[in-house]
Amino acid sequence: MSHQDFLRRLPEAGQGLRRRDRLQQRLHLDFTLLLLLLAVAAYGLVVLYSANGQSMSGIQRQGAYFLVALVAMFVTAQVPPHLLRRLAPWMYGGGVLLLVLVLVLGIGAMGAQRWLGIGGFRFQPSEVMKLATPIMVSAYLGQRLLPPRLKHVLLTLILVAVPALLIVRQPDLGTSLLVASSGLVVLFFAGLSWRYIVTAFVAVLASIWPLWKFGMHEYQRQRVLTLFNPEQDSLGAGWNIIQSKTAIGSGGYSGKGWLQGTQSQLDFLPEGHTDFIIAVLGEEFGLMGVLLLLGLYVLIIARGLLIALRAQDSFSRLLAASITFTFFVYMFVNVGMVSGLLPVVGVPLPLVSQGGTAIVTLMAGFGILMSIATERRRVTRQE
Amino acid sequence: MSEAQRFKDHHREARVFLSRVITTSVIMAALVAVLVARYYSLQVTHHQDYATRSDRNRVHVQPVPPTRGLIYDRNGELLADNRPSYTLSVIRERVNDMTATVELLRELVDIPQSDLEKFYDQLQQWRRPFEAIPLRYRLTEEEIARLAVNEYRLEGVEVNAQLVRHYPKSDLFAHVLGYVGRISQADLARFDEDQYQRYSGTHSIGKTGLESEYEAQLLGEVGSQNVETNARGRVLRVLDRTDPKPGEDLQLHLDSRLQATAVSALDDYRGAVVALDVKTGGVLAAVSMPSFDPNLFVTGISFRDYRSLNQSLDLPLFNRFLQGQYPPGSTTKPVVGLAGLHHEVVDREHTIRDPGWYRLPGDDRLYRDWKRTGHGPKVDLEQAVVESCDVYYYDLGHRMGVDSIHEFGVQFGLGSRTEVDIPSERSGIWPSREWKRNQRGLPWFPGDNLNLAIGQGYALATPMQLAQMTATMASRGRRLRPQMVAKVGGQERPVIEEAQMEVAEEDWDYIINAMVGVMHGERGTARRSAYGADYKIAGKTGTAQVVAIPQGEEYDSEALEERQRDHALFVGFAPADDPQIAVAVIVENGESGSGVAAPVARKVFDAYLRGIYPLADPVLGARTP
Repeated sequence: MSHQDFLRRLPEAGQGLRRRDRLQQRLHLDFTLLLLLLAVAAYGLVVLYSANGQSMSGIQRQGAYFLVALVAMFVTAQVPPHLLRRLAPWMYGGGVLLLVLVLVLGIGAMGAQRWLGIGGFRFQPSEVMKLATPIMVSAYLGQRLLPPRLKHVLLTLILVAVPALLIVRQPDLGTSLLVASSGLVVLFFAGLSWRYIVTAFVAVLASIWPLWKFGMHEYQRQRVLTLFNPEQDSLGAGWNIIQSKTAIGSGGYSGKGWLQGTQSQLDFLPEGHTDFIIAVLGEEFGLMGVLLLLGLYVLIIARGLLIALRAQDSFSRLLAASITFTFFVYMFVNVGMVSGLLPVVGVPLPLVSQGGTAIVTLMAGFGILMSIATERRRVTRQE
Repeated sequence: MSEAQRFKDHHREARVFLSRVITTSVIMAALVAVLVARYYSLQVTHHQDYATRSDRNRVHVQPVPPTRGLIYDRNGELLADNRPSYTLSVIRERVNDMTATVELLRELVDIPQSDLEKFYDQLQQWRRPFEAIPLRYRLTEEEIARLAVNEYRLEGVEVNAQLVRHYPKSDLFAHVLGYVGRISQADLARFDEDQYQRYSGTHSIGKTGLESEYEAQLLGEVGSQNVETNARGRVLRVLDRTDPKPGEDLQLHLDSRLQATAVSALDDYRGAVVALDVKTGGVLAAVSMPSFDPNLFVTGISFRDYRSLNQSLDLPLFNRFLQGQYPPGSTTKPVVGLAGLHHEVVDREHTIRDPGWYRLPGDDRLYRDWKRTGHGPKVDLEQAVVESCDVYYYDLGHRMGVDSIHEFGVQFGLGSRTEVDIPSERSGIWPSREWKRNQRGLPWFPGDNLNLAIGQGYALATPMQLAQMTATMASRGRRLRPQMVAKVGGQERPVIEEAQMEVAEEDWDYIINAMVGVMHGERGTARRSAYGADYKIAGKTGTAQVVAIPQGEEYDSEALEERQRDHALFVGFAPADDPQIAVAVIVENGESGSGVAAPVARKVFDAYLRGIYPLADPVLGARTP
């Protein structure tokens, strides 16, 4: 049977829709998810106000970014998944082309080439790949028999490796890892056999030592060591980590109070408004504040996984799961890194850290999730 | 629709997908649990550690230096005060690239090489973290403005107002007050823990003179304040503060008008004047000329200035009244004469014949009188003092011997430090048999008695000692310790009596009367200096040989270099019947005690006793070489 038939047989399809659900369907929005996202964003603005030295203009700018991001979410939510699937190769191909352009004629800043200038605007193609890569991989695997065979696995690896390596060259390790994981996790959800997973894992572990011993220069080794032991370089890279741990730890159970965090208010946290913003939150709102944020994140992730489970076809399922999982990776890496659990790689705290493009990409991703969530009902209504 | 999709097993795919979602959920839940555990560990388990660290981060204890005590003269005139001065300093911990920062600062303001060297010196040694290290003192308004404009480029650079020592009378009191200077590495090396604490935040310390002697009282006690800073060390607010205790003020016995009088009386001569209050031992004037401007030293003297002071042949840095050791010459004759009377070696009727020379029995050597023709056939002790007859004293010295002369002189303070309250005093020499054996490895010869009796030979005295000797004479054997400081923090310092001699009143009368004769007698050596005085002065002139004149040769001042001419000395007190002030004057290469030294003393007496001050405003300044 075709999958259209399969859908029609679903028991609850098209029946007993409440008014709220009908509205959601017409707007292609998931109100539960939207509410959670708005809650995190509002919470983030409160923290950002404090982290930004109580500047209203910073809040306004961030609020404007968030509005743009909401629009982006609304737009992507209107794109039906099957259209997205057909557009996948074009987005992916175009994104890779832009990444090559970045390396050839990109705008440099702070020793990295990440931007393209278009009529006075700065544009970061790696942001596109955060979505284009999982869409491409999902589209590719979604059309194959699952679990994927070795041939498809290898091709998928190439699809993931190309943008990841181009982004590493910029260099932007954090984004590269996010793009790679967003693609690879699709393989996992597609049912990649545990045998491959274990083999790959063992291979990676086995290659670490020779790579360390023979494949790296001394300064590279030193850099990696610093990554894992920031305290060693306490005035350079380690400064942020020492200060953020101090901020978090001194916050205690219930925090020092809003705008009362001495570490953040006195400029001890050099990146308190961007990547290290959770340290500000931890200092001023304490463990309670951190748990509240983590709770909201967990609910968003749960909602995303639920949408993935309810999705109507393989492509949608895989894509929804990938977007949700990538969101988790974002969150985990940032929250772990700021607390000294993970090495410091530049990953912002999703929806909270100041910065426009990351939020727009994230919300666009959630728009896709919402499109997937409402797709089934739209199909049903077409009958 | 592709071929593959046609054969898809949707149920199986959904099952696999579900199982993968469950697996992922479990992994994610575990990782979130790790995060929660991590934050729990930081915020609950180790909260106290981080709270402490956070406080340390933002709260710095800053020392608040006390204000240094002021120094006044007896009339309440300020001799040393503190003036605000703007200092450029650098906080090492805040500067990323010290070389670049210093380079930039040198473009903005003029920084002398010597300051730069001192700065780098201080950079090397251990300091309290985040303590500012001074780089340039006394910034001008324009320099402050230039630094302010460039503030954004100068991370870790500060401009602070500080109180800096200032000596309004410039070189007038340089040798008395001394000066403060920057705390050196040598100073730091001898600091103990407690001192280190007391000097935190303070940049200067008394180096010489009263500034050094009364360092402990002048310094005061350091205060502290807890300040909240941001990560760049900028002080945001003061959390709490313990005020410093300012140093105690000193009030001196010295009278700045009298001091100025003595300086102007010395004219362009090199020399020293000490005036003591006979009743208290207080130092009324203490002059060493030429002098220097102590303000040059306060924030670090430039190499050029220091070299010019240090290499000057006039030795402006040398404290002549405290460290200059001169042969006292005839100024000790009253003391030796009193010894003769007291020990009954001579009596008032005793006379000798003075042919202009003296010869020891059994010795060919001739001991000459300063007057080639001698003082006549019948010279008694009074005449010997009045006319400063050497031959009488040769005879007295020969007959009395060193032991009595030594023991008597010691009671006047000769041969030992007066213990006046400023440092680096020299003791002079009032020789004894023992002294000669220890120092020279020789026995005491009879000829030594003769030299000692006229204040020559081995005898050396500082102007301070001569003044004390004179004051002791004036108060008839009551030897007081000279003191510069009258009051410390308003608390009066007691008069310190060192000794009280037991000598018959008639003997005092006789000797003091002879000293009055020096000034007022028809043949008194210093009679011209007492002319017109409406009070009686008792005094004694002296001459000290700088170069030994070879036996039998003429003394020809023209032939000698100016600096090899005799020193002129004078000691005296007034009024003779109720002594209030005792003065010792030495004029280097002044040749004549009566012609050069005594007039200086007269001006000091007039000023003190009659209020005649030649200078309305005693501020000098032109005398620094």
